[in-house]
Amino acid sequence: MRRSLNDALRRLPVWAVWLGGALPFALILWDIFTGGLGVDPVAEIEHRLGRTALYFLAAGLAVTPLLRLTGITLMRFRRALGVLCFAYAALHVLTWVVMDMGLLWGQMGRDILKRPYLLFGMGAFLLLLPLAVTSNNLSLRRMGGAGWRRMHKLVYVAAPLAALHWLWTIRVNEITPIFWVVAILALLALRLVIRRPLAWARPKRA
Amino acid sequence: MMKLNWSDVTPHRMFLDRRKFMATSVAGLALAGRAGAQSPGTMTGAPSPLSTDQTPNTFEEITNYNNFYEFGTGKEDPARNAHTLTTDPWSVEIGGMVERPGSYGVEDLAPDNALEERIYRLRCVEAWSMVIPWIGVPLAGVLAKVGVQPGAQYVEFETLVRPEEMVGQQRAILDWPYREGLRLDEAMNPLTILATGLYDQPMPNQNGAPIRLVVPWKYGFKSIKSIVRITLTERQPVNTWKQLQASEYGFYANVNPQVDHPRWSQATHRVIGAGLFGGREETQMFNGYGEQVASMYAGMDLSVDY
Repeated sequence: MRRSLNDALRRLPVWAVWLGGALPFALILWDIFTGGLGVDPVAEIEHRLGRTALYFLAAGLAVTPLLRLTGITLMRFRRALGVLCFAYAALHVLTWVVMDMGLLWGQMGRDILKRPYLLFGMGAFLLLLPLAVTSNNLSLRRMGGAGWRRMHKLVYVAAPLAALHWLWTIRVNEITPIFWVVAILALLALRLVIRRPLAWARPKRA
Repeated sequence: MMKLNWSDVTPHRMFLDRRKFMATSVAGLALAGRAGAQSPGTMTGAPSPLSTDQTPNTFEEITNYNNFYEFGTGKEDPARNAHTLTTDPWSVEIGGMVERPGSYGVEDLAPDNALEERIYRLRCVEAWSMVIPWIGVPLAGVLAKVGVQPGAQYVEFETLVRPEEMVGQQRAILDWPYREGLRLDEAMNPLTILATGLYDQPMPNQNGAPIRLVVPWKYGFKSIKSIVRITLTERQPVNTWKQLQASEYGFYANVNPQVDHPRWSQATHRVIGAGLFGGREETQMFNGYGEQVASMYAGMDLSVDY
């Protein structure tokens, strides 16, 4: 079961993940042109981009625990998941700057410093930025595997910040953002709890 | 994109012209079904000098973008869920320090011949705005009818509690019933109305049918919907949002660009319907109604009494 699944995954080209990852963006474009965004299209675009970024962030964080728990490996797709996450985060920030805030730089600057949710969000984005920039083989070679890996651990800080950024915007208890904070903390905790692959990896026959 | 908006059915200029408006209202009725209006039937109110000359948002925008947590926390939830609410029969209990307490029907409070059209700006505490053509009656007239006893200083309002019809009330996200309050002079201000209609339609459920408060110089949450109780009191009433988070929502809730919400600036807001690149508009003190209301707050520190 695990082996056949991994075999199938091996045959799946990485570009298929890129293509699938572009789908939420295509749907937003579709809705812009067909008027499917409701009464407040700016908020809808902004929030959908933000949520999508967080989903890819969680997916990227799930790769290692999934491998350790079940032996299913999505490692080949992790870079695509990470870069897709950053792309959506960048579009989310761009939407905020241009459409939501209308380029009011002064108000944006003051808001970021004053509002925890904006500080968390912007912090997460700035932490993800160097990770996205170095998501290529040249950077990996230049930095060396150990250094590159150490830097990419910034995602462990960025992910909870991004989830808190969502949580801090709500006015009454809402289940969805709370769920994502818990999910991301759980994914991070799993890395500590399960430090090695489980039994599936051990040779069955001596 | 091709859907007809209510602004298409009833252009603003024609809407202001009573006679022409009556002529087009037949066409309006015919389209009401398509626009999803629940009870077609025209309502008219006498035009008021207190109306803004800004172009109102469309009927579709006003009825599909609502905060009415009794029907869910999403902006589109009320339009989806509010059809379950029974609005007829309906009565409003008026009590406390009044001469003629009792149970009043919507018709008693807002008879057809007293209706006025008030096109008001609405500014939400969440930093967005709309322009809405309400139909209703001044609250002052209603209070005069029931007779306010000397010594009364505040007016308290309550929304219906009926979880079987109001799905949002099935969770304790707020302390139901939703409550709001005004100081008596605020309630008596000519701008303050009880509204029973929107454009030329009876108030849609998601907008607070059958009767709601509208206080245009305050953040939208002060304008309580689907009122079942009005009580005149000596003491400042509790209002739901202040009760939930007093550091963020005050009793007065006057629109004030100088006093930020702790989590976001109130200096500017987005105009609903302005499009993807509409940008932001500067928020005006008292939502632009300062001339009519500022004197009520003379000497008060509005960063303390926010």
